[in-house]
Amino acid sequence: MLLARIIGTVVATQKDERLVSSKLLVVQPLDAHRAARGGQLVAVDTVDAGFGETVLIVSGSSARLAGQLQETPVDAAIVGIVDTVELTEH
Amino acid sequence: MQLARVAGTVVATRKDPGLHGLKLLVLQPLAPDGAAAGASLVGVDSIGAGVGETVFIVRGREASFPFLPRQVPTDAAVVASVDSWFVDDTAPES
Repeated sequence: MLLARIIGTVVATQKDERLVSSKLLVVQPLDAHRAARGGQLVAVDTVDAGFGETVLIVSGSSARLAGQLQETPVDAAIVGIVDTVELTEH
Repeated sequence: MQLARVAGTVVATRKDPGLHGLKLLVLQPLAPDGAAAGASLVGVDSIGAGVGETVFIVRGREASFPFLPRQVPTDAAVVASVDSWFVDDTAPES
């Protein structure tokens, strides 16, 4: 899974009907030190995340295991709001 | 699947119910020579791995299998703790 920061929202009135109730957020993936890393993406929010928060993203087919997304055409879902990341420097 | 070092932990109190009670680990994939290889990621622990340990991770949908029948929304999971490994990639094409 990826750490990411919520950097925006997407409004799409015309979309697949299964996405109707989904909140679409723009996220910037982060490395373990919370520095931006890699391209931004759109993820479905299942934990009511807010702008600027650091979150946990699940990608690919596993994203449909989150919330009520089983039949939803999504490949990235926000499944947690990160409180702390503790690293042991090796 | 990949070798990885458990580099740390992630705490997230507000999360998908499927993740409740599971440990979230920061994982640094390793090359066979033990050097860091590629970006770190977050995975769910399924074997009681500790920080600093060398482990074995599975990615994608199969990462949720160690927890079945429970539905855990993860695309990375620690599935083994590695005691030792041996690689000899100098072997000639046989």
